[in-house]
Amino acid sequence: MSSLGSAGAAWTADDTTDVLPAKDGNEIQNYMINFGPQHPAAHGVLRLVMELDGEIIERCDPHIGLLHRGTEKLIEYKTYLQALPYMDRLDYVSPMCMEHSYVLAIEKLAGIEVPLRAKYIRTMFAEITRILNHILNTTAHAMDVGAMTPILWLFEEREKLMEFYERVSGARFHAAWFRPGGVHQDLPAGLLDDVLAWCDHFPKVLDEMQGLVADNRIFKQRLVDIGVISKEDAIAWGFTGPCIRASGVAWDIRKSQPYDAYHLMDFDVPVSNDGDCYARFMVRMQEMRESLKIIKQCAKEMPAGSHITDNRKVAPPSRGEMKRSMEALIHHFKLYTEGLHVPAGDAYVATESPKGEFGIYMVADGTNKPWRCHIRATGMAHLQAIDFLCKGHMLADAPAVLGSLDIVFGEVDR
Amino acid sequence: MAIVAPELGRHSWPVMATHDALSARLGELLGGALIDVIEHAGETTAVVQREALVPAITALRDAADLKFNQLTDICGADYPDRAERFEIVIHLLSMTHNLRLRVKLSTDGRAPVPSLTALYPNAGWYERETWDCYGVMFTGNPDMRRILTDYGFEGHPFRKDFPLTGHVELRWSEEHKRVVYEPVKLAQDFRSFDFLSPWEGTDYVLPGDEKATGK
Repeated sequence: MSSLGSAGAAWTADDTTDVLPAKDGNEIQNYMINFGPQHPAAHGVLRLVMELDGEIIERCDPHIGLLHRGTEKLIEYKTYLQALPYMDRLDYVSPMCMEHSYVLAIEKLAGIEVPLRAKYIRTMFAEITRILNHILNTTAHAMDVGAMTPILWLFEEREKLMEFYERVSGARFHAAWFRPGGVHQDLPAGLLDDVLAWCDHFPKVLDEMQGLVADNRIFKQRLVDIGVISKEDAIAWGFTGPCIRASGVAWDIRKSQPYDAYHLMDFDVPVSNDGDCYARFMVRMQEMRESLKIIKQCAKEMPAGSHITDNRKVAPPSRGEMKRSMEALIHHFKLYTEGLHVPAGDAYVATESPKGEFGIYMVADGTNKPWRCHIRATGMAHLQAIDFLCKGHMLADAPAVLGSLDIVFGEVDR
Repeated sequence: MAIVAPELGRHSWPVMATHDALSARLGELLGGALIDVIEHAGETTAVVQREALVPAITALRDAADLKFNQLTDICGADYPDRAERFEIVIHLLSMTHNLRLRVKLSTDGRAPVPSLTALYPNAGWYERETWDCYGVMFTGNPDMRRILTDYGFEGHPFRKDFPLTGHVELRWSEEHKRVVYEPVKLAQDFRSFDFLSPWEGTDYVLPGDEKATGK
């Protein structure tokens, strides 16, 4: 482009064809730009090296790893319980769903039984987390393409959800509340009523937000038929979660490989056949409504019982018990110094995180620390396909595609 | 061979459909490429020969009764005690039959591993990550750059003999007006507490015990 301008000749329609070299003998080269790593639409620290032909993206090379903290290496040096809070810091938009895969991997390797109440609690909070994530993604996506209002409206709801987080775990984000065998503490009194009240209120806000953007002409012009990926390509590129469902594959780990209490839940899996950015947006919008169904069902059917397993080699005794029983005191001490032992072996556990399949490949060597804990990040597969998705699109479509993939760098870079 | 319907709600982790004769089918399909089949925690692992990786994965992907059409993940693992210390772990998913399979192979770090990029386009980054973290090369991958570590990084950080603290640290230098790299200086020794119960027998000398053997 720059050499076209420097030629000084009047721009004619003939110049749009790729004639090399240009009339004055200068070679026309494609333009390389850096998108990020400090760009508001890069959703974190992404550096996209783009090769542009005018405003058309010819090639798009993501440089990731700017947020690499070596989580997998750090986990190898921690006991199973000490490593748990690292999970929150992966996908910091949906912390509890990250913990979910991790605790399920430990439960699978150690064969830990989980009480039904704990399963319900975890299912409910996994869905609260899904809404938390989708609120951020859909509204930030709308903001990327120019709609400012949704993020302002829905962040109030997000705040309310984080209050639920805070009430159960004490932390708004980095909860570290899911534990092998259940959850750390039981639900506080009155929480379920407040959750149900919120569930009645939220659809109204969601309708208002959807009414604002979903049929908006500008919004649709920015998203419809942008970044289309077919069913076959989506499978080949390792897409999961809302991204693959927007391409017409009805694949949801909550249905196909149910974990915790999902087999008892009554919900539908929204699917679209279009495979474009708009489809991915709408699938997420619909998923929030389905999540509400699950949250409501969990809150209404919440069984009585213990919130964590009573296996004292896995979960600590209650404070009151420790005051009276020597055995309980020893268990508590051993659990928080030595930690739980996981029998040798390896397992891969994947859950349906809000972004898609989030997996933990855990190799245990029989001690109190994992030998290897590989994190299968959802965003890594999605971001890898960005060259495929953006090729031939305009530069301004790149943020729209990026937003629709729901990338969070804590998880991609680990 | 039939798919056995899973029993729901028995445990908390994801319930998978199981193949009643998957290991027999793997033996028949992969033939000499298959070294071992391991069943653990309800998951099947096929250990294959390194050279025969691509035909083996192609067979698994194309067999109508398996159809492992999605590559979930490729990762490395380091076992310094083994003759071939690195293990490459490949996770496959069949969305058609709702099956998962883990394929493993080993390498000593010098022998390259055949790339799967021709079979699954998303193998590219996973192989780059494995190269970056473990230093295992993949032949046939068109873009074998580092991916997670810094530009100009040296070493392969996830190897067990790579220190947790790394070798270099960086800081902003007011003098140079840029970020500078310096060797890591630790204010105190790196502490790694071993909380394994001494009652169960430790395989090392407890700190201080070495003094007792003096006389």
